[in-house]
Amino acid sequence: MTFRAKHLLGIEPLHPTEITTLLDLADSYADHNRRGVAHRDVLAGLTQINMFFENSTRTQASFELAGMRLGADVMNMGMQASSIKKGETLIDTALTLNAMRPDLLVVRHPHSGAVDLLAQKVNCAVLNAGDGRHEHPTQALLDALTIRRAKGRLHRLSIAICGDIAHSRVARSNIMLLGKMENRIRLIAPPTLMPSGVADFGVEVFEDMEEGLQDVDVVMMLRLQKERMDGGFIPSEREYFHRYGLDAAKLAHAKPDAIVMHPGPMNRGVEIDGTIADDINRSVIQEQVEMGVAVRMAAMDLLAQNLRASRKPQEVMV
Amino acid sequence: MTATFFANARLIDPVALTDGPGAILIEGGVIKEVFDTGATPPKSANVVDCNGQCLAPGIIDIGVKVSEPGERHKESFRSAGRAAAAGGVTTIVTRPDTLPAIDTPETLEFVERRAQEDAPVHVLPMAALTKGRDGREMTEIGFLQDAGAVAFTDCDRVVTNTKVFSRALTYARSLGALVIGHVQEPGLSDGAAVTSGKFASLRGLPSVSPMAERMALDRDISLLEMTGARYHVDQITTARALPALERAKRNGLQITAGIGVHHLTLNELDVADYRTFFKLKPPLRSEDDRVAVVQAVAEGLIDIISSMHTPQDEESKRLPYEEAASGAVGLETLLPAALRLYHAEMIDLPRLFRAMSLNPAHLLGLKAGRLQADAPADLTLFDPDAPFQLDRAALLSKSKNTPFDGARMQGRVLGTWVSGERIWEGA
Repeated sequence: MTFRAKHLLGIEPLHPTEITTLLDLADSYADHNRRGVAHRDVLAGLTQINMFFENSTRTQASFELAGMRLGADVMNMGMQASSIKKGETLIDTALTLNAMRPDLLVVRHPHSGAVDLLAQKVNCAVLNAGDGRHEHPTQALLDALTIRRAKGRLHRLSIAICGDIAHSRVARSNIMLLGKMENRIRLIAPPTLMPSGVADFGVEVFEDMEEGLQDVDVVMMLRLQKERMDGGFIPSEREYFHRYGLDAAKLAHAKPDAIVMHPGPMNRGVEIDGTIADDINRSVIQEQVEMGVAVRMAAMDLLAQNLRASRKPQEVMV
Repeated sequence: MTATFFANARLIDPVALTDGPGAILIEGGVIKEVFDTGATPPKSANVVDCNGQCLAPGIIDIGVKVSEPGERHKESFRSAGRAAAAGGVTTIVTRPDTLPAIDTPETLEFVERRAQEDAPVHVLPMAALTKGRDGREMTEIGFLQDAGAVAFTDCDRVVTNTKVFSRALTYARSLGALVIGHVQEPGLSDGAAVTSGKFASLRGLPSVSPMAERMALDRDISLLEMTGARYHVDQITTARALPALERAKRNGLQITAGIGVHHLTLNELDVADYRTFFKLKPPLRSEDDRVAVVQAVAEGLIDIISSMHTPQDEESKRLPYEEAASGAVGLETLLPAALRLYHAEMIDLPRLFRAMSLNPAHLLGLKAGRLQADAPADLTLFDPDAPFQLDRAALLSKSKNTPFDGARMQGRVLGTWVSGERIWEGA
């Protein structure tokens, strides 16, 4: 067993061998999913609760599908409308939920660190589905798997991450993961969307997109939130697209076989030109979604194994 | 009243900046005489054998939040007073950021009465500079001063309207009143939970540039040149604010500066995995900043060390980091935390007590804070080396929100005297 973590709260605490173990398992799940092989015994008898304190369609659906494919009993709780509005604290919500004895808890929360806090108070395995601007580990893992399948390796690649890096948990988890696997990371963004202290991250920083894309193997675009387009961080949508939107001319600076990625949902014509997003020779955006299910299956499988090993024998027998 | 003779002491004198053997005779609540070695106690006097331990003027802690009125479940005058006594603090200067704010002579009188009834240490109240600490209209500075307010402050709220602030400073100057300000450029620091930099970015927390402190300090220094008021900055925590402070002092402005002990002994990395007991206002800084401000205290550029005692209950801290309340309790840990700087050989004991006793007394015009004849017999006796591990449950404060829970510290208070009365006897 080379995956020892009790929770999947972020990429930061993971060891490179744990990342490889998870990706290997996800790789096989991806193949099985394509062939329609069922694995309903893996999480049979376990309860998975998806608790989303922030809107999500694709991540929640992906976790739900992953759990169902492995035979878990899956329950979705939309937390925006419920107890939080009634003034219940996060810890009380966690304790209430814990009393229902779930086995896997998938949590998304608008505040950085909230999932860590919740994980301290429950007895089950917690998966971070995105906390504030902190981490989104399964997104980074699915990106890694997509890169590995497209490029045949996950090391010594030159990877550009472009867009709103300051507010992106996806960027943080990816910088962490791709750094651990020894890749060259280039961050491309207007300075207002670059995080502070970025010079100490062990990455190359570019304000000019064409310069930043020079000879990269992977172009990873980030979503620009609508509320950041109105002059606060950038002057306008059209100026942003002109300077930082991925179009054919800018992409020409990357390697000829460079792949294009986007965590979705896309703003076509803001950060990415529609024709590039749809170019099946360059874009792996649909494959990212597919790998998402496989990676989440692998993560829940490994955490469930550790959970079962940590529980007393008589509890497992029940 | 019988006299008490402190024999065999190691006297920490923040005036002469000496640290050596001696003895002290107190009578009638004041220090009668200070002796070198070899003095014999008068026949009638009680003798306290100090066993060679440190005897220093009691600590005067400016900026203590006692949560009365409004939030007595967090801290009362009784619990804060006992915590102070246990920490070697003989005078607490209380903050007006209560519920409601202390902005009228009537609320100030309530505070004074409660303090009189319940606190074993001296309590000197501060009052708000503007009504409701809203930064719009100045309070009745004259009446409040008559009622006993020793300084005027809106605490961690910056008076953003410069016209309002300049008028308040001008009016305060005419009464000789001391104004205490907080320096954080409000637009830049809005919503921030940590100091910007690599750590903030890794944790994904909203952050503020350390420059926000200097920007606000620069404004206030300009206003002092304009108004001539007497002004104290509650906390200077960044290296980049220090040259501006130094220039202002050199130019003869009536400006002094303080710092909370947490910013002298902890840095931003202590927040680690979102530990909200380390959430302070202003946020903890980089290690470079910490070293620079420790140096500034040793040199006397930063005048005063305080605990910035801020009680918070568990509910307001057990939240995601951005939502959690700011502040830490500190009355009982001020001395052992400050002694970390002494043990790290960054500052000596007389200079430490210059910052914790003498300078606060100067600022408030008190005779305390020194080991001299006629000064009040407010004393603390402590063993600077005694090791212990802090258990937050054992704190006397009603709130237990200390960042030092489980920390290994050195320095035990053996005894605290206020006006010659022993109010604390340590183990």
